[in-house]
Amino acid sequence: MDWLNNLSATQQFAIFTAVKILAAFAILMTMVAYIVLVERRVCAFMQDRLGPNRVGPFGLLQPVADGVKSFFKEEFTPAHVRKIYFILAPAIALMPAILNLAVIPFGSQIGRQPMVLANLNVGILYTFGIVSLGVYSIVLAGYAANSKYPFLGGIRSSAQMISYEISMGMSVIPVFLLVGSLNLNDVIGYQTHGLFSWLVFKQPLAFAIFLGAAFAETNRTPFDLPEAEQELAGGYNIEYSSIKFALFFMGEYANMILASAMMVTLFFGGWTLPWFGLDQTATTLLGGIAHIAIFLAKVFLFLLGFIWVRWMWPRFRYDQLMDLGWRRFLPLALANIVVTAVILWLRS
Amino acid sequence: MSLPDILFYVFAALTLLCGVLVIANPFSRNPVTSAMFLVLTIISMAGLFVLLHAFFLAAVQILVYAGAVMVLFLFVIMLLDLKDEERRRIKKFSLIGGLVSVGSIVTIFVKSILAAQPGANLSAPMLEGETAALGKLLFTQYLLPFEVVSVLLLVAMVGVILLSKKDLK
Repeated sequence: MDWLNNLSATQQFAIFTAVKILAAFAILMTMVAYIVLVERRVCAFMQDRLGPNRVGPFGLLQPVADGVKSFFKEEFTPAHVRKIYFILAPAIALMPAILNLAVIPFGSQIGRQPMVLANLNVGILYTFGIVSLGVYSIVLAGYAANSKYPFLGGIRSSAQMISYEISMGMSVIPVFLLVGSLNLNDVIGYQTHGLFSWLVFKQPLAFAIFLGAAFAETNRTPFDLPEAEQELAGGYNIEYSSIKFALFFMGEYANMILASAMMVTLFFGGWTLPWFGLDQTATTLLGGIAHIAIFLAKVFLFLLGFIWVRWMWPRFRYDQLMDLGWRRFLPLALANIVVTAVILWLRS
Repeated sequence: MSLPDILFYVFAALTLLCGVLVIANPFSRNPVTSAMFLVLTIISMAGLFVLLHAFFLAAVQILVYAGAVMVLFLFVIMLLDLKDEERRRIKKFSLIGGLVSVGSIVTIFVKSILAAQPGANLSAPMLEGETAALGKLLFTQYLLPFEVVSVLLLVAMVGVILLSKKDLK
């Protein structure tokens, strides 16, 4: 390790950041692969089936088999598609999730390295900015396919995602009124004073709205109208095959993981636990790893929730979706902002 | 040249290139392509804001313009049938009119920028990307313009509701 200490601060920063980026990216991709398996096993369990259990012990090698399969399937490009957009759309499907990984604090620190890639002072705004770009992959896929059902899926998703983005953005404003900062590390710092300082207990309404909007933003049931199989035969991704289809699929799960990570960070104390002094910055290697494990465990619980809801609930009708977003979530979120602001003003 | 300098030239070149491709793309006259290049222009401008340490502006630029306004643009473009637009010839009158108006705006900008003497007497940036400082300025010193802009948006909204209602009662 001698050569490491001899390097300049900038070089050390570059090396450590590169290592952290690689590790975070690898963990995200592994999670994407395995959450698909978890989804299939959980869904099978709920429907009294076995699910994929043949490849490897308990079906644990199924994601590898799926990956290999989607690479080797014939990649078919229909004649009537708009070529450039047809290639561009799946290519940008994974991008928002990966870009958002940069600001999520996934642990306290290991050694002297903070476990966050970029400690931005506008972390949450960055997240929302990137999330709002997520709609392009679906809209462009719908447009590129140049046929009716994918197009309807694209149109649906653009209206849906813009509507719910507004509720989502409004729902977290009370959180930042309380914390007094847009930095995600400060948000976690605010939640280190016991279990009931977790923002889910202080802002339950904000959390409920954020949760609903997160389902809509990730296009998961009960808001999966862009791909509604029964009406649109698969929606925006009908014309896609092979690895291009798999990229949309992976994008959906990566978005789900990032939405869970955001909820854990904003409302459930991030990498902290209020017991055994686990809410302080780690001083030992073991403590640092424990924090990352806590964070991943919390994210995993949310992912199970996402999966559970998908196999329990039917889909909303489109007018119900718009009604919920604009006439329920938005006024509630605005009222929540006003109430929180007034309470803070009276207290100060 | 340090890294921020290089990044400045990269983002500035990208902004200009994509901006030109929005209005005069030699390869495609597809309105969706123009809209997508406008998205790229906006994103590279956000990069320039980051280099100026205006993180809040950069994030809001992407959130509002690239993420919301341009999606609505795409939405409208896709719903309208714009096949005619791709075939439409550029008329001489509109070409001259456009060039004249762009020329006069450029003259105004260049004159005011030169009058402000760029580089000389630069004070340290007051905001430094601090959201709280920006909020304080907006709600104290610039309260009136801020409120006027929001009234303007309200007027636009009322106008849209009026236009979209078929029978006015």
